[in-house]
Amino acid sequence: MYPGEFDYHRAESVEHALELLADLDDAELLSGGHSLLPTMKTGLADPDAVVDIGHIDAMTGIDHSGDTTTIGANTTYAEIADDDTLWDSVTVLAEAAGEIGDVQVRNAGTIGGNIAHADPASDLPAAALAADATLVAHGPDGEREIDVDDYFIAMYMTDLAEDELLTRVEVPHQGPEVGSAYVKKPSPSSGYALIGVAATLYTDGGTVASARVAANGAMDHGVRLTAVEDALEGMSVDDVGDAGEHAGDSLDTSMFMDDIQASAEFRAQLLEAYTERALERAADRVGVAATV
Amino acid sequence: MAEHDITLTVNGNEQELTVESRTLLVHALRDELGYTGPNVGCESSMCGACTVHVDGKAVKSCTMLAVQADGTDVTTVEGLDQDGEFHPIQEAFQEEHGLQCGYCTPGMMMTAVDFLDDHDDPGREEIREALEGNLCRCTGYQNIVNAVETASNKMGGSGAAAGGDD
Amino acid sequence: MSIETEDPSEIDPAEILGSAIERREDPALITGDAEYTDDIQIPRMTHMAVKRSQHAHARIEDVDTSEAEAMDGVVDVFTAEDIDVPGSLPVGWLLETLEQVDHPILAGEKVRYQGDGVAIVVAEDRYTAQDALDAIDVEYERLDAVTDPSDALNGGPEIHDDAADNVAFEWEIGNADETEEAFEEAAHTVDLEVENQLLIPNAMEPRAAVADYNPSDNQIDLAMTTQNPHVHRLLMAGVIDHPENKLSIRAPDVGGGFGSKIHHYADEALTAWAAKQVERPVKWVATRSETYQTDALGRGHETHGQVAMDEDGNITGLKVDTKANLGAYLSTFAPSIPTYLYGTLLSGQYEIPAIHCEVTGAFTNVPPVDAYRGAGRPEASYIVERLVKHAAEHMDMDPAEFRRQNFVPGDAFPYETPVAMVYDSGDYEKTLDRALEMLDYEEFRERQEAAREEGRYLGVGFSAYIEACGIAPSELVGQLGAQAGLWESSLVRFQPSGTVTAYLGTSGHGQGHDTTYSQILASELGLDIEDIDIVEGDTDEIPQGMGTYGSRSAAVGGSALVQSARKVVEKAKKIAAHQLEASEDDIEFEDGEFRVAGAPDRSMHIQDVAGAAYLAHDMPDDVEPGLEASSFYDPENFVFPFGMHAAIVEVDPDTGEIDFETYVAVDDVGNQINPKIVEGQIHGGVAQGVGQALYEGAEYDENGQLLTGSMQDYTVPKAMHVPEMETDSTVTESPHNPLGVKGVGEAGTIAAPQAIVNAVVDALEPFGVENIEMPLKEERVWRAIHENGGDA
Repeated sequence: MYPGEFDYHRAESVEHALELLADLDDAELLSGGHSLLPTMKTGLADPDAVVDIGHIDAMTGIDHSGDTTTIGANTTYAEIADDDTLWDSVTVLAEAAGEIGDVQVRNAGTIGGNIAHADPASDLPAAALAADATLVAHGPDGEREIDVDDYFIAMYMTDLAEDELLTRVEVPHQGPEVGSAYVKKPSPSSGYALIGVAATLYTDGGTVASARVAANGAMDHGVRLTAVEDALEGMSVDDVGDAGEHAGDSLDTSMFMDDIQASAEFRAQLLEAYTERALERAADRVGVAATV
Repeated sequence: MAEHDITLTVNGNEQELTVESRTLLVHALRDELGYTGPNVGCESSMCGACTVHVDGKAVKSCTMLAVQADGTDVTTVEGLDQDGEFHPIQEAFQEEHGLQCGYCTPGMMMTAVDFLDDHDDPGREEIREALEGNLCRCTGYQNIVNAVETASNKMGGSGAAAGGDD
Repeated sequence: MSIETEDPSEIDPAEILGSAIERREDPALITGDAEYTDDIQIPRMTHMAVKRSQHAHARIEDVDTSEAEAMDGVVDVFTAEDIDVPGSLPVGWLLETLEQVDHPILAGEKVRYQGDGVAIVVAEDRYTAQDALDAIDVEYERLDAVTDPSDALNGGPEIHDDAADNVAFEWEIGNADETEEAFEEAAHTVDLEVENQLLIPNAMEPRAAVADYNPSDNQIDLAMTTQNPHVHRLLMAGVIDHPENKLSIRAPDVGGGFGSKIHHYADEALTAWAAKQVERPVKWVATRSETYQTDALGRGHETHGQVAMDEDGNITGLKVDTKANLGAYLSTFAPSIPTYLYGTLLSGQYEIPAIHCEVTGAFTNVPPVDAYRGAGRPEASYIVERLVKHAAEHMDMDPAEFRRQNFVPGDAFPYETPVAMVYDSGDYEKTLDRALEMLDYEEFRERQEAAREEGRYLGVGFSAYIEACGIAPSELVGQLGAQAGLWESSLVRFQPSGTVTAYLGTSGHGQGHDTTYSQILASELGLDIEDIDIVEGDTDEIPQGMGTYGSRSAAVGGSALVQSARKVVEKAKKIAAHQLEASEDDIEFEDGEFRVAGAPDRSMHIQDVAGAAYLAHDMPDDVEPGLEASSFYDPENFVFPFGMHAAIVEVDPDTGEIDFETYVAVDDVGNQINPKIVEGQIHGGVAQGVGQALYEGAEYDENGQLLTGSMQDYTVPKAMHVPEMETDSTVTESPHNPLGVKGVGEAGTIAAPQAIVNAVVDALEPFGVENIEMPLKEERVWRAIHENGGDA
């Protein structure tokens, strides 16, 4: 099927995009187009106007200076997944970007589009949570930083306001004592996550000091698995897989996603199995620079 | 309805055309410019039959607005052969029977070319993963994987001999 | 074990039959030069779109098209009221008890599945046509829907006035009394309830049609996605009430079919009809959503199967009771699929003294169900091979040896089964032995044992399949209810310069017919392949034809080609004898050359004979000028390919995930014309079987709404879902045709599902798992393990 009629506007700068958003009725933002266009083609979205922010250079590219990596919202999944430095500094994010869709989707889809769309079955929400990301938005009142823990609210709902634009994502570098990973059970048809688990283990002399573990596909938005994180504290890195059994403990399992792809009960089972795998893979990476 | 004058450089030829806001790149290529190599096999961005290169990268031309692609270099399957010589991927698909009905083949080859540009000596599993976004209902993929291996060898990769599945 | 291809220009005609040459059709397909239906552009062309019911079962109260008609760019809008032709789709296979029901090309009173068409829009472009669909307002009174055949038969909502209790037909085959007796006397019996789920064919090219009407001579030219243009022409001529000789149907390049492009649907007829109404060319191209809602589905069986055995594990009887889902209407060949293409194959590769099968066809509110790759035979092979696995387990016998013990012995052919088939030839132990060797079977069983100790679950599954293809002869199929003959026709025509064109009534859509037929003809006539052109898929060019389906093209079409070629040689021989001033009896034909026996210098090449035949200056008496011949080949019997497929899998009991370790396929399809094409057919068939076993299934909710309505939700297997396949073959010639070929198009699809399911069940034997329904999604596997307590 084909998109309905709309007016296309190409934004030349962040300011221009914000002006267009303010002036146009019923406008949607378009970056890579891989969240918006499929919904427009099936009629689920039918905006009057589309603002293309994909050509704003200031929102593109990866910068590793200092102890934080800054990723422009227009950066494609492929650029993130192919960034060797990011694989060393924030493995979980690079790994999750490489798990999204297929080659062609990764060549076009962007981190900003993904995180703004907040599909609960996408791969980046959990990775952003585990990476302790900061999301930077621009709105009429200027720039605002949003802690990732405050960002994902519900299915397709985030802390972003309608007149705001997500411009970049900032992630702190993970040192040699940190290991992180993203593992996923994809839907065989769509490639979206039936369950995806992202884990970052902050260790000290072979023991887990703290952890950030999060899941996609389980609930209606990416969530931290706090019971797992608690269980991990003080655990030997050799045993972290054991914490997988707590995967569902901090979640209201009655609210798990339940559809023809997988029941809530089976997702809970997968969540445990994949949490175990994510933790073990993250542990393997402690002290070694990860490679693609 | 909003119309836009855009320029696409398709297989090296600069083309000017007028499209609606909503015109998908694949329809601009097929219906407006006559490049019928990229095919439409779905509307859910899953099948990959419409895959072309935009500025050298494989993308699904059904999931990009034509106006979004304004100013880009587009390569379709029609642009693969040079001076009457098949591209190694085309030779390999023919040698390995990497196709049957041929509908998925243009997209499949465009994805493979992009992949082989970045991967010298891919393993069979890696090739299968790389083709995740291209569905084929005829071949069972085995001869497609053979063809991509063979093409890799032709393109200078040091991969195992074609048909290394034995 | 991949077969290496050869460059055809380097092969002598005498060697070309059986050579794995590159495909002649590929240059167009790998350059974008191919022409699929949607590639066709005609000046002044309009675009048609179909307004479809969102409800699976509803009465139509009102259709308001006024807003759509007023839209810019809309040429015309039509509803059922506008259809001024018979407009009811025919059924091409009748059964004694069949309830024939009306199947209008646009629904006027009632819609019976989600996707049933209620109106069409013709507009200037495809985007506008779709916009206009949204502007059509249809008021419905919703009715209860039913999608499951058993529910439909047991008090489901009435779908057709004429079909009481939604029974489309009741059919049986075999001997009930003898079978009953076998069960009474049996030392052991086992039984299984299995489902063979509904599948969506998913040819990569959606169905499409482009019609061009010329009012001055009342001519319709229709290009469409078809596997059988002549059959479509015959049927459509009736549907739209247009003279058959003024309706030309052409199959451009067709992007796969798998059965889905055999049937006569409403949309292509509407395209032709609409072109006549608006007197402009009309193009219709299905979106993938439309193919999901309207392409004829495959399978859809609920089956109870029982096996009787003596105390040594010899099978003595087989009882099968099947409820077949036919969908909302009878599709073109629907009645034949769960009957004559199913019940007749229930003997499998086994000597079974008594078989009885009953089938009830049910109307439901899903799209019509018809032939999809394998068509009836996968369902038969599935129940037989699942039962055999189950029976071997019950007898505590090795599944391979259990099969061997029950095989039809190699010296028993031709072998007549209790379900009306006479198997032409076979050697079943040979494919079994080769498969066991490829699996390293004994070593595997040791590994399996050791792995279980470590909490890892490996399993092996076998599938000893048989298929029947090249369905024929026409007289027999006529007695069984076919409303058509199942011959094939060909015409072989030399041009004066010595090139040849062959016209065939089959219609390839990815099978490499151009290559295969060229190989046959090059071999028969002793010509270089470059001198041969093959034409298929055009009612204007090809005298008659029945099309491509049921793995029939090589066995029936190829034989028709041989027959015409031999007639040509026969005529050429007369001319050559005359030219060489020799007696016809003294002329020998070899490698394209006519030679006088004993005088090798006196010879004439067939290409020169062609020149002489058209020059016609010096012809023998009673021989007409020209060199061409046509044939209608009607086979004397079906052919019966067979083989053994086997899979080794590992199952993760925590997640239900299944990994392939090995997939082996040993097939016997008779002589092979191009082994690389044969291999490709096996690969592709197996992949579709893998799809059915592990991933695919059309799912509907209780209202008949399709839940798997896009490729996001219905898994068409991807490259990483399909295992590496090791293929090998044995050759047992069919005695029934001049090429000794059997057919290969459906073998893999028939064979694969039960090999995989048997392997998974074998892996989970320690958990007491006896059956899991397809598709074996991880969740089902995990539940099967845990419903039995989850303890190995």
